[in-house]
Amino acid sequence: MELDAKIPGGPLKDKWDRHRFETKLVNPANKRKFNLIVVGTGLAGSSAAASLAELGYNIKCFCIQDSPRRAHSIAAQGGINSPKNYPNDGDSIWRLFYDTVKGGDFRAREANIYRLAQVSVNIIDQCVAQGVPFAREYGGLIANRSFGGAQVSRTFYARGQTGQQLLLGAYSALSRQIAAGKVEMFPRREMLDVVVVNEQARGIVTRNLITGEIESHAADAVILCTGGYANVFYLSTNAMGSNVTAAFRAYKRGALFANPCYTQIHPTCIPVHGTYQSKLTLMSESLRNDGRVWVPKNPGDKRPPNQIHESERDYYLENKYPSFGNLVPRDVASRNAKEQCDMNKGVGSTGLAVYLDFADAIKRDGKDVIAKKYGNLFHMYEKITADDPYQTPMMIFPATHYTMGGLWVDYNLMSNLDGLFVLGEANFSDHGANRLGASALMQGLADGYFIIPYTIGGYLAEASFEKVTIDHAAFKEAEKEADLHIRKLLSINGKRTVDDFHRELGHILWNYCGMSRNDEGLLKGKELIRKLREEFWENVTVPGSRVEFNQSLEKAGRVADFLEFGELMLTDAYERKESCGCHFNEAYQTEENEAKRDDENFCHVSAWEYAGDDKEPVFHKEPLVFENIELTQRSYK
Amino acid sequence: MTETLDLTLKIWRQSGQNVRGRLETYVVKNISTDMSFLEMLDILNEQLTLEGKDPIAFDHDCREGICGMCGAVINGRAHGPEKGTTLCQLHMRQFSNNDTIIIEPWRSRAFPLIKDLVVDRSAFDKIIQAGGYISVNTGGVPDANVIPIPQETAEKAMDAAACIGCGACVAACPNASAMLFVGAKVSHLALLPQGRPEAAKRVLAMVEKMDELGFGNCTNERECEAECPKEISITNIARMNREFVKASFFSPMKLSANS
Repeated sequence: MELDAKIPGGPLKDKWDRHRFETKLVNPANKRKFNLIVVGTGLAGSSAAASLAELGYNIKCFCIQDSPRRAHSIAAQGGINSPKNYPNDGDSIWRLFYDTVKGGDFRAREANIYRLAQVSVNIIDQCVAQGVPFAREYGGLIANRSFGGAQVSRTFYARGQTGQQLLLGAYSALSRQIAAGKVEMFPRREMLDVVVVNEQARGIVTRNLITGEIESHAADAVILCTGGYANVFYLSTNAMGSNVTAAFRAYKRGALFANPCYTQIHPTCIPVHGTYQSKLTLMSESLRNDGRVWVPKNPGDKRPPNQIHESERDYYLENKYPSFGNLVPRDVASRNAKEQCDMNKGVGSTGLAVYLDFADAIKRDGKDVIAKKYGNLFHMYEKITADDPYQTPMMIFPATHYTMGGLWVDYNLMSNLDGLFVLGEANFSDHGANRLGASALMQGLADGYFIIPYTIGGYLAEASFEKVTIDHAAFKEAEKEADLHIRKLLSINGKRTVDDFHRELGHILWNYCGMSRNDEGLLKGKELIRKLREEFWENVTVPGSRVEFNQSLEKAGRVADFLEFGELMLTDAYERKESCGCHFNEAYQTEENEAKRDDENFCHVSAWEYAGDDKEPVFHKEPLVFENIELTQRSYK
Repeated sequence: MTETLDLTLKIWRQSGQNVRGRLETYVVKNISTDMSFLEMLDILNEQLTLEGKDPIAFDHDCREGICGMCGAVINGRAHGPEKGTTLCQLHMRQFSNNDTIIIEPWRSRAFPLIKDLVVDRSAFDKIIQAGGYISVNTGGVPDANVIPIPQETAEKAMDAAACIGCGACVAACPNASAMLFVGAKVSHLALLPQGRPEAAKRVLAMVEKMDELGFGNCTNERECEAECPKEISITNIARMNREFVKASFFSPMKLSANS
């Protein structure tokens, strides 16, 4: 299979303009003749569904929650990047482009990232027009703050609830189109399969989560905006319902899965405190603007933080990376926290935590200023831990947060399956091996508002469409397969719960495919997952029936897919014999323990093709070509 | 300090809308005070699953207090006893050993029950669809800094926009009124210059839809404000009433309809 990213020719700065000009258009009257399916209603899904409906397409939109407003984009705290250069501190489209390529450790496409940086300027304007209440200065203009991996302030924010406000903006645009009759909304529906007819994606099969009914929906193209797969680790900062099922079922129908081993471990999360724990809570990276990260200088020092004198503290990020300090990228911050804990300098009851201290910031700016910036985060921290961060330093530890890997897409955001488009976190396209803070919201909205409305037109204008309804044999077959899968899950009647299997899978991945990896561990992890998967299909117990509201059954289906997908992650990690960004293989590191890339052999996207159950997937390579940026060893010193 | 609790739970069980529901009693032991309320329910559900019984259905997703999916009435209070807290952020340290906890779904005619603690809140989506937006299409909008907005105004709009649409206001209100939810959205958009052009049309349409869907009226009980996990103030209801009265008499569409 030839992987053609369809990157337009010409100079980097002109590629998107040129592509928009060269892409065929669908005239307004003809747009009404096309039916499109959008799965997922996070930033990418809501913005895509609304924008496409505004253009005149007929949209069917699906989400697993009770309302499109609940998608997990809503939980993003810190902000959204845009190089508007309002603070006059030297920002530009080129700088955001450069920071993002470097932050991703040179493992993403130049052309995609440049376009992302270009359109991100429009996003802020769009959101303000929708009524998103961004933070403002006294003069009434919009405020900015800094985030990791950048030396300029380009992050726009709405307190610690930026994702919420952006999503509610997109949700309001979507609601307007629902009211206008251009979008038909299907909440509490889970996509179980994508239906391919004549090598084109022509619809999906869903389960109605209230009645259990298996339903089919036909369309001219399918747009997946179903988020990332961090929940494969069981504990993550994702919502409980976040899953890989839609993307994984598309993979099983022939869509390639790219770079699954690129999973981001976020440095500032509330540490794990018990085996019953169901999820981890992120404390926004924006806290690193004012918080200082430290551990005791002496290993094993278990005194409370206020008894450890300034001279006995190691502000290891500030010492090691003087120019970026506490604002190094996430992968670097996480690995350093792990390193400190491995040296027995970790704090708290488990020793798996470091301090994030606001004492100096409170002394400098006053408690009120800090409360205004981070009040809701401090409040949330106190609720969970019963510690007051105004009085005592926060304790933080890395946790799985975001997945850069995803379904492979070309420059048009179309997968290798014709008519299957993938947006937002569900695709692999823009963040390389590590995503910078405040860039996920940017990408989700860029894809939905400003990219797919153009690129899908090109596909619809050029492809030829046979008339397909849900009576087509391909739909009937997919429905039957989905139904059999569900019946099988319900018929096992074993002795272990779904959560129990999921927790064990999470442990395996955290231990062997987490912050650092090695070949031996990756092979061992694979073997353990295979065994666990075998046991799952013999010993899981799923209560209830298939024709009712059954949350255990929903979970079982998702965990069944995670059990297969986890192995794919390990396969991908094993094949990448280098370290880059969040993929840190212990065998490949610099003398200073930083990730050491091998640009000669691994400057490529790894895209995996499903080859059948229990068979090794087939590897495909998309070489990455850098024409505008020189590949360097990343340095944040 | 971490301790463990033994608890008696009385939980509303109802397999569907047209089936009779009842409180059932369950016992859970060794519940850590560091656990969240939903993690305690997870443990009960694991227990029920292994006993071959039907686990409790309850809505939840982000478990960090922002998606608005979770919610139940705990000992008579929406989202439980702690102020400004969603059910997922409520921790067991709020309870004592040997407590009996009564757990019920939101009860309102406008929120029909689906199963156990799960209700259908699509009425909220319908109210937003009636006008809870600014009519701009993607593209062609002015630069974000073209209209300065006083910081205080932006902050007030943000206070109102913080609503998570969980429905606790409706559950807490003796009239099952949705006025805090609607007032918050009306205020958020009416405060901002971008929302002014449609302010009158919006408030009339949203209030009409709210009434049509069977929510009750506001009689200033202030229960909604007391239980709102985002502590949204009832001044937003006052602002909505002001906008509504203004729109009813003076908006161009009303004036042209009357002339």
